[in-house]
This record gives sequence, structure tokens and C-alpha cells, in this order.
Amino acid sequence: MTSLFGQIEPLLFHVEKPARYVGGELGSQEPVHGPGIVSWLLAYPDTYEIGLPNQGLQILYEILNEQPDALAERTYAPWTDMEKAMRAEGIPLFSVENHIGAPDFDVIAFNLSAELTYTNVLNMLDLGRIPLRTIERGPTDTVVLAGGHCTYNPEPLADFVDAVVLGDGEEVVTEISTVVGAWLGQDPASRKRIDLHRALAGVAGVYVPSLYRPIFDGPRQIGLEILDDAATEVVEKRTVADLGEWPYPKNQLVPLTEVVHDRLNVEVFRGCTRGCRFCQAGMITRPVRERPAAQVVEMVNRGIARSGYDEVALTSLSTADFSGIEGVVADVVDDPAHGGRVSVSLPSLRVDAFTVATAAKIQQVRRTGLTFAPEGGTWRMRKVINKLISDEDLFAAVDAAFSQGWRRVKLYFLIGLPTERDEDVLGIAELGRRCVEIGRKYHQNVTVSASVGGFVPKPQTPFQWHAQDSVDELARKIALLRGEARQIRGLQIKWHEPAATSAEGIVARGDRRLGNVLEAVWRDGGTFQEWSEHFDLGRFLKGLEDNGLRAEDYTTRMRDVDEVLPWDHLSAGLHRDFLEGEYRDALAEVGLEDCRWTPCYDCGACTTFDLEHVVASNQPPAGGSQGTGQGLDLGVPVPVILSPTAT
Amino acid sequence: MGTIPARLRIRYTKTGRIRYTSQRDMARAIERALRQAKLPVAYSEGFSPRPLLSFSLALPTACESLAEYIDLRFSPDSEVASEWTVADEATPEEIGVVVDRLGSLLPGGIDVVAGCGLDGSEGSLQEEVTSCSWIVEVAGMSAKQLDERVASLLNAAQVPIERVRKGRQVTDDLRPSVHHLSVEGSGATPGAVRLHAELATKPRGVRPNELLSGIDSTLRLVRASRTSQWIERNGRRLEPLTADGQLLGSAVPTTTIGGR
Repeated sequence: MTSLFGQIEPLLFHVEKPARYVGGELGSQEPVHGPGIVSWLLAYPDTYEIGLPNQGLQILYEILNEQPDALAERTYAPWTDMEKAMRAEGIPLFSVENHIGAPDFDVIAFNLSAELTYTNVLNMLDLGRIPLRTIERGPTDTVVLAGGHCTYNPEPLADFVDAVVLGDGEEVVTEISTVVGAWLGQDPASRKRIDLHRALAGVAGVYVPSLYRPIFDGPRQIGLEILDDAATEVVEKRTVADLGEWPYPKNQLVPLTEVVHDRLNVEVFRGCTRGCRFCQAGMITRPVRERPAAQVVEMVNRGIARSGYDEVALTSLSTADFSGIEGVVADVVDDPAHGGRVSVSLPSLRVDAFTVATAAKIQQVRRTGLTFAPEGGTWRMRKVINKLISDEDLFAAVDAAFSQGWRRVKLYFLIGLPTERDEDVLGIAELGRRCVEIGRKYHQNVTVSASVGGFVPKPQTPFQWHAQDSVDELARKIALLRGEARQIRGLQIKWHEPAATSAEGIVARGDRRLGNVLEAVWRDGGTFQEWSEHFDLGRFLKGLEDNGLRAEDYTTRMRDVDEVLPWDHLSAGLHRDFLEGEYRDALAEVGLEDCRWTPCYDCGACTTFDLEHVVASNQPPAGGSQGTGQGLDLGVPVPVILSPTAT
Repeated sequence: MGTIPARLRIRYTKTGRIRYTSQRDMARAIERALRQAKLPVAYSEGFSPRPLLSFSLALPTACESLAEYIDLRFSPDSEVASEWTVADEATPEEIGVVVDRLGSLLPGGIDVVAGCGLDGSEGSLQEEVTSCSWIVEVAGMSAKQLDERVASLLNAAQVPIERVRKGRQVTDDLRPSVHHLSVEGSGATPGAVRLHAELATKPRGVRPNELLSGIDSTLRLVRASRTSQWIERNGRRLEPLTADGQLLGSAVPTTTIGGR
């Protein structure tokens, strides 16, 4: 394998942030390529700064490089200036470690975390000189895979990928590598790609789109034809039963240049059973699997010592819910080896006073702002989405934050939620106004900012059948809210561009016909659609029109609960009757408790895979009223059978 | 671990791929290395305490350097649980230990070559350094053509260049900042021509690409290496710290570019 660095280097003087392209991170590996070793190029379809911290990619990077018969390097989407220079000089997409071209890798595997990065996937394949469509690839072309949260509806990318992985990647990645290695071991002259596809379809959790053909009628998909015996009717996701067996990443990459989340990140649990109905992550990553507290502390201490970072984030979908949170925080903050200079951040705070007290204890060094996510402006709205935070919960949390010295509070909301009325939107301003009032009790100048995102119904959630608000409706609601908020001093409103929400919605619940649209958007220059300076809804609308499709069929159309959905054959374990029941309860404004502390309601995430929640305590966290049905004052044990460790 | 002076100046080189990082990235790397070494760094006061370290004039991203400097402050009262002892003075051997330790923790391509204690009477690097020597490789012109351009620049009374300062386009006169400029023959990169320049850092520094825009706008920057930084004292040019550890010493300027 030849390094392209000699050709790349002359470009680096003339592009923005050249450190994006040189590798050299602490923890980076420069594996030696050779026969019999399956070479993986792990790709993140956005800039280096966004992609580098991705924990999923880093976990797979380490696991693959530990295998004797596999190796992994990384690549990210080159920024537009670099892409232009690379195309002008005839340089293909390359790895940042050994600077080897994508065509020289056996596998390129994309992490799909956001729908608007899909056009970058196409661009990277093209830049990597890999035939764009699976059907165009021969026996020697790089195998194209994808994993990550978006793969629960991969249909828009179905024509471009050889296979898609559902769920946790720790175990399945080496199984796939073995299958690819065996196929590559065959004589290239007689090797057939269909044999690889059939073998991959035999790996649990792997979906091979080319073995299925969707059938359409007008705006809808009406069926799915299975084209090969190797394909199963339903592909179930993979779930790692015990996170304690996977203490990865062991050597988190420490980049030479600044990236987002530039700190040590330790995942404390995976999954969430809070049951927020809008939240795809909470639905598809069930059940809850906590990392043993002692292992968390060990990973933190080791990580701090080797990286030199002074901040560690304990990551999960709701870290304050971690059973051992107080002990872990105390162990880290009080460890004399860290000299009092290590701060702990909890990226997802629960909305209650107790959580703020914990935050106060650990953020003694830099107390800048606190963020809460009530998501809905009124109690009625929050019952619909099952984010069961009372106004009192929020006010107590905000009171605690301001009284503890914070002067800036950020609130996250969604608009365009099912059943939403104008009073729910205006409720956001009202909550903001009350929060400013609370702050003024403690400080003269306080800022409350409300960030308002447009809701996109996602596959595998109770709202997968529901219509999304139109661009005009979202814009109207934002204007309504801004008008109201203008009269409230100290309240700032920030909002997400409704056109981008619409494009995300088109792709999120799109079917296989979206492939042509994505290709049209990409060919029209539509890369980096996550970036507002590059985003253009017009390209998507034109792509749809040119392919005889209409945006409203994907976004504002109500689906029937018995209609075929493009992702029906892909399963996160959730029973359809659970999702349907949750949808009905949502419309009836009925909440559902967190099953960690209440009896099982059989969503399917545990029972389908013979798993159990792995939590260290049967006591809900003190002060956590959300979804537990418990009092605000302290945690009370609830009668429930729990498994303290995985079996 | 050892004894360290309360004020320490280090000299390092930045060559190879690490040169594509920014000055800000370099500061982050130093901060991480200081924490890993458990050095009792003194922190600033206030709401968001930062380690007290000061650089000389920032090295532009993608330029390499054989002569970079940082002044560090240590305090026995630092909150860092440290095995180092802070003293008013430290021996060269003791300084060698901390220099080696920092060097081993910094990313590849950063080599700490020397260190020495300061007594606090020295001015800051930002204020004291008055000029820098550069080796610049350019493409787009033959050595002979370039020679003519250089001569006409040196003969000009004024050399106006456009640059962006604080978001505004301004015109500055480059000429007073060019203390020396000469063509040194062909560069290490095929087809490139090598220039040797000494550029003033006051009233503001001149970057290699700004120098090129003053010579000819068609020139393309291929490589740039800062080879020395100079402090002018009583008509003599001194280095803030020589590669062999002499504070405010004079050295023969090197004209070689370090390898990758």
C-alpha cells in the first residue's frame, strides 16, 4: 500500500484547518496492511472535528485493530476546499493514519448519525473511487457498510451500501470481518458479490438491501419482496448484554487539533427507558445496560492519566439516572491524583433540583451555564410526548441552578409535536418568563435561552405514523413564539431552520426511491447539508420532482397504522403493538412510567432477545419524579424484579 | 520527580505533520503535557482559571519552526498534587529532567531542545522579540526572476500590502518590516526557490504569505520555516534562549530546514 502523503502535503498550506488531514492523534494506530488481513476504512460523513469524537467509531477502531486478521484506519469528509484540491490533483479519499486511498481498503464502513450527512456518504464513495451503487460493484471493489442510529431506516441509502448493521457493533463487527475475509480469500476471477451478500445476510443484525425489493403504489410502499433464500423476513438488531465486558474505547483518541466534545468521554450506560415518545435513541437502544461503577471510575482515572484532559463527560442518554452516579462523581472529583483540576460534566441533566445539586458539586471550577430539556411547553404537551416533567420540577431545578450561582440557563424544546396547539407553543415563552423571574430573585442579570427544534417523527418510535409540520407551519409557530418572547426581557429564543427540519423528515422516513433524490442533491453540489451555509431545501425538492415524488408524502402525510412502512422488516426489538399502544396513549395524553422501577410492560426490547435491564439499584434516583411516579423528595424503593448483573 | 524553577523558559522545534496544527492547538497540547507531567503549574485568578504560560509571536499554521519559546510559571501553592519541588533556582541537570519529561509527553514533531530558569526580570517574549528569521520556499517563478523581484522590493520606498485585520481590509507598508531578503537558490521541494528573510515583529508580525504578496502575487508558498527569533540588545541580536541552553545568547543563524 502506498502512502499518498507526498501528494497530499502540498495542498495543506492552502486549505482551512489542515490538521484535519494528518492524523497523529494520541491513540491513533498505523496498522500494517498485508494479505489475509481485512482492511477497514471507518468513515464519518462529516468534518474531522465532528467525526473524530464519535465513540462508536472509536470502539470499532480498537476492536478491529486488536484482531490478528483485521485492521482499521479512519477517514472523514474533506471540507469543500480540500475536496476541490483533491479532485484537481486526482487524489482519492484517504485514511488519516497511513494516507492510503479508499480503493485500497477491503471495507469502507460509514457511521450514520444524522440524515443530512447522507449526501456526504455519496460524495465520499465517489471521491474514494468506489462505484456508487452496489449493483455497479464487482468482485474487487471495496465493500460498503453502514452502522449507527440512522440504520433503523436505511432505505434511502439502500442502493449504495452492500450491507447495513443494526444495533451495537462490538460483537458483530468481527463476525462481519470474518465473513468478508473468507470471501476475499476466494479466487478473484470466480468470486461473486452475491455470495458475499448471501453470507452477510446470514450474520445476525446484518441487513443486505439488495436481497429485498420494495413494491410501491403511488406515494406509499405497499410491500417488500424477498429476492433470496438467504434473506430473513425480519432483521433483528444486535444488543451487547453486558457493557462491563466492553470497556472501550480503552485509548480514546486525543486529537492534535480542537474537535467538538474535546474531553475524555466515558459511556456509563447504554439504553434509556424513560420512554420519551419522540426520542428514537431511547427506543432503539433499549434495554438499559449500566457499566459497573468501579469500571467507570477505572476508565476515568486511566483516561485522565494518559490523555492529560482536565474534563471528563459521563455519557449516556440520561446520566443522572446512573445508579452509581454520586459515588462515581465523588470518586473522580475527590481523587487527589487529579489535584482538584478535573471537572466532570453530565451532558444530559435530568430536570430536577437534585440533579442540579450534583452538578453544583462537580462543576466548581467553571460554572457557566446549565441546560435542561423540558421539550414541551405545557404539561399536556409533555404528557403526549411522555416527558413527564411537571412545571414544579422545572422551576425547582432552575431555582436550584440560579441559587447555586449559575446565571445562564438553557432550555431545549421541540415544536411541531403531535396534537400541538398554539397554547403549547406559547407555553414555552411562559415557562421562559417564569424561569427569568426565578433567576431575578438571585441575580440582577440572568439569561434564559430557549432553543426550539422542529420535531421530525422517526422510524421505530410511537410517532412513526404521525405527520410532521410543514415548513410554513413551523415558521408560523416560531414567529408566534418570538412575538411573545420579545416582550420578556432576559429570554432569548433560538430556533432551528424549518427547511432543514423538512429535509431531515423527508430522508428520515424516506423509502428506497429517495436514493435517486439523494444522488441528485449530491450531483447538484449538495454536500455538508448539516451546515447551514451549504444547506438548500430547493435541491431536495427539485430532486423529488425530477423523480416523480412529492415532499408532502414523506413529511406532512399521516400514515395509517396498518400501512406498510419502509422499515417494517428491520427491528429494534420493539413490538409493533407496543409502539401502536404508545401512539394511542400519546394522542389520549396518557403517560407511561419508566420500567426500570415499575413492572415490565413488554415493549419487546428485553423479551425479544432474552435480555434484562442491567441496573445496580432497584431504587429510583432521589428526586427523580420523571416517569417514575415517585415523590419529588427522595427515592423510594419500588416492588420490581431486577437483575443486578447480566447473566 | 525533581526540582524546577518558579519560572522556566523552554525552546522547542515544531517540524513534521504537527506543523499543520494551529498555535491554539499547540497551547492545548502543552497544557495537557503539563497536567500529565503533574507539574505544579501556576494558574490565573478568576472565574475561569488558566495555566500561566506565555508564547512568543504565534507561528502561522502549516509553518515549521526550529526556534519556538514558551515561558512557564510554577507555584508551590498550585492545587496540582505534584512530586516536583519549586525552587528559586534549579541546576542545568534539574532543568534537563523537566525538559526531557515535557518533551516525552508532547506530540511527535515537538522537540524540547533547551530550558533555563528565569529570575522574573526578563521581559515577556511578546514584548522582547523584535524580528524573526525565515526560510521560505516558493513556486511559480525562476530563481533569476525572483532575484529581480526581491531587488525591486528592497529598492522600493514603500511596499503596500493588503491584509485583513480585525475583520477589516487594511493596507500596510511591508517595506520597513523587511530587515533582510535574499534568494538562496533552489529549495528542497522540486521546482521551488528558497528565500531567506528576516522580518520585524513590530509593530506587528509579517507572515510568510504576506511577504510573498509583497514580492509578487503569483507566488505560491510551498514551505516556510522559522529558523530564529531575535531580541535586539545594545545593537546585538540575541536569541531568547540558545539551543544549547544559554539565556539571551547569540548563535549563528541556521539556514537548514528540519526534516519531516
